[in-house]
Amino acid sequence: MKEEVISVTPDTLGNKIAEMKKNGYRFVTMSCVELDSDTVDILYHFDKNLELAHFRLTIPKNEAAPSISPVYFAAFLVENEIQDQFGIRFDGLAIDYNRTLYLEEEVQRAPYCRITVSNVEGSEGD
Amino acid sequence: MARTIIPFGPQHPVFPEPLHLKLVLEDEIVKEAVPALGYVHRGLEMLADIRDYHQMIQICERVCGICSTIHAQCYCQGIEELMGIEVPARAKFLRVIWAEIHRVQSHLLWLGLFADAFGFESLFMQCWKIRERVMDINEATGGNRVNVSVNIIGGVKRDLAPDMTRWILSELDLVEQEVKRLEKVLLHDYTVKKRTVGKGVLTKDQALELGAVGPTLRGSGVAQDIRQLGYAAYGDLSYTPVVAKDGDAYSRNRVRFLETYQAIALVREAISKLPPGEISVKVKGKPEGEIVSRVEQPRGELMYYIKGNGKKNLDRLRIRTPTFANIPPLLSMLPGIELADVPVIVLSIDPCISCTER
Amino acid sequence: MDTIKTFIRKSRIKSPWLLHFDCGSCNGCDIEVLACLTPVYDIERFGIINVGNPKHADLLLVTGTVNHRNKKVLGNLAEQMPEPKIVVALGSCGLSGGVFREAYNVIGGVDKIIPVDVYVPGCPPKPEAIIDGVVTGLAKFAQKKGDTS
Ligand code: SF4
Repeated sequence: MKEEVISVTPDTLGNKIAEMKKNGYRFVTMSCVELDSDTVDILYHFDKNLELAHFRLTIPKNEAAPSISPVYFAAFLVENEIQDQFGIRFDGLAIDYNRTLYLEEEVQRAPYCRITVSNVEGSEGD
Repeated sequence: MARTIIPFGPQHPVFPEPLHLKLVLEDEIVKEAVPALGYVHRGLEMLADIRDYHQMIQICERVCGICSTIHAQCYCQGIEELMGIEVPARAKFLRVIWAEIHRVQSHLLWLGLFADAFGFESLFMQCWKIRERVMDINEATGGNRVNVSVNIIGGVKRDLAPDMTRWILSELDLVEQEVKRLEKVLLHDYTVKKRTVGKGVLTKDQALELGAVGPTLRGSGVAQDIRQLGYAAYGDLSYTPVVAKDGDAYSRNRVRFLETYQAIALVREAISKLPPGEISVKVKGKPEGEIVSRVEQPRGELMYYIKGNGKKNLDRLRIRTPTFANIPPLLSMLPGIELADVPVIVLSIDPCISCTER
Repeated sequence: MDTIKTFIRKSRIKSPWLLHFDCGSCNGCDIEVLACLTPVYDIERFGIINVGNPKHADLLLVTGTVNHRNKKVLGNLAEQMPEPKIVVALGSCGLSGGVFREAYNVIGGVDKIIPVDVYVPGCPPKPEAIIDGVVTGLAKFAQKKGDTS
């Protein structure tokens, strides 16, 4: 990417996002990319005066990611989308559709993962 | 006071598309709105696994039929940047011409639907009648009324001959005249104002915080438009964003209405500056790396995230469309308004559900 | 009584009411359906009126691909329409799933869910083709009327 991508961990994410909000950045979106059978990248895109800023969070699929929707409410839609499509769970979502934003309740598979780990596990585990 | 939940949609006469909102009402007043999506979800980002990166252009065009050219343009610009392809100047100008013609078409479509939402049917008919001229231009130049498939990686695949550009200009003159006649009604009519002024207010701070884009953002007084980045040929054209400051349905209406003139002016300018030369370059190699590509659609900022891995199929294609970003602002506009105003407010963000869900 | 029945039967053929449902189309087909209703193409000259209530409709125009969520809505709408009814599937998507047929959430064409009487191909079909499809549907409608009465 043209702009620098800053790596974050689940622990530092919260602070970084709060900082962005304080500096008046607009939340653009998040993108989720499957890396291999058990990790994904979640990219956070922000914009201020047409300048983009990105964060990258790499997490294992079966781990829940911290939700940023309490800070940026706008993120709730895309986080729900990622829950649907990749089976990743988000902790603390403002509005949680529980994997039924796009898909019907019966769907037990994360369609955007090429190598599917059964993601019923996530819901059974907790 | 007892609360009632009213389902709004998915099949509703005001919208051509299945949008579903669950409205929590107290008396006639909306207290809360929760969107229910998924009626149009196809999962087409995943088609990148099956189709190669050239074939994906056709898929991108069909994310949304109303702004098809602009989707393809965004995708092509992203891939070109990734592969380091320099597009000929003529192609850049041609892309602007088609994109702006599309914007005129889309805004007229919206103005009509908006009029229909507050029950002004003859105005709806009038807008769509004017729009047919623009559709004729689409058909004459691109071969299809809706999916004008002109963008390819490395340029465009159709050229505009001088007599064609002359005809486009004369048609657009007529369109402009006819739109001018609507100005009195759409911007100054008592009934229109009564239904739109002060309804669904989104303040400047809210707009920025909730991530509004496009006319919804500019209607709240923020002069931000991706065209200011000067992608394609916008850097060579004179362009300043249209802004209105009140943040209500009327302001958004005003922004779109004035943008229609602006788009026509941009087409004129681009045609007058159209440089001679090639319209495309040969493409070799496969895309590799990550890129974020952004353009301004009629509804706002469109973002593509593309990740290639040196194979002919992309690793990941992610599309963030403007309506997707405008739904959280919409949810904050709805509480406090009357049920009868819901269609007007919902339409004021120019929702495009097939974009949102892909 | 009989005269009223004959009257209604005749008028339904002369002035069929139309319901449009978008099942997941890219909007291309929808805006062409709407364009048919507006002055340049003006489908109302065949006595056709666009309605929002399936219980009033004789003709169902369906655009777009069927997915797992909207198939219920589609089935529901078709069920609520009074007999006899005509279903017109529009666009490559409505016919077979079109460019999206391989996408994971797409079931396929409209005929996977409800019986279709007229197929109108094109991506999107031109308004002329849509009008032609609807008028072909009307002929079938008259036939069906004859069968049921
Ligand atoms: S047939 Fe073409 S225009 Fe119609 S909904 Fe499908 S992709 Fe869109």
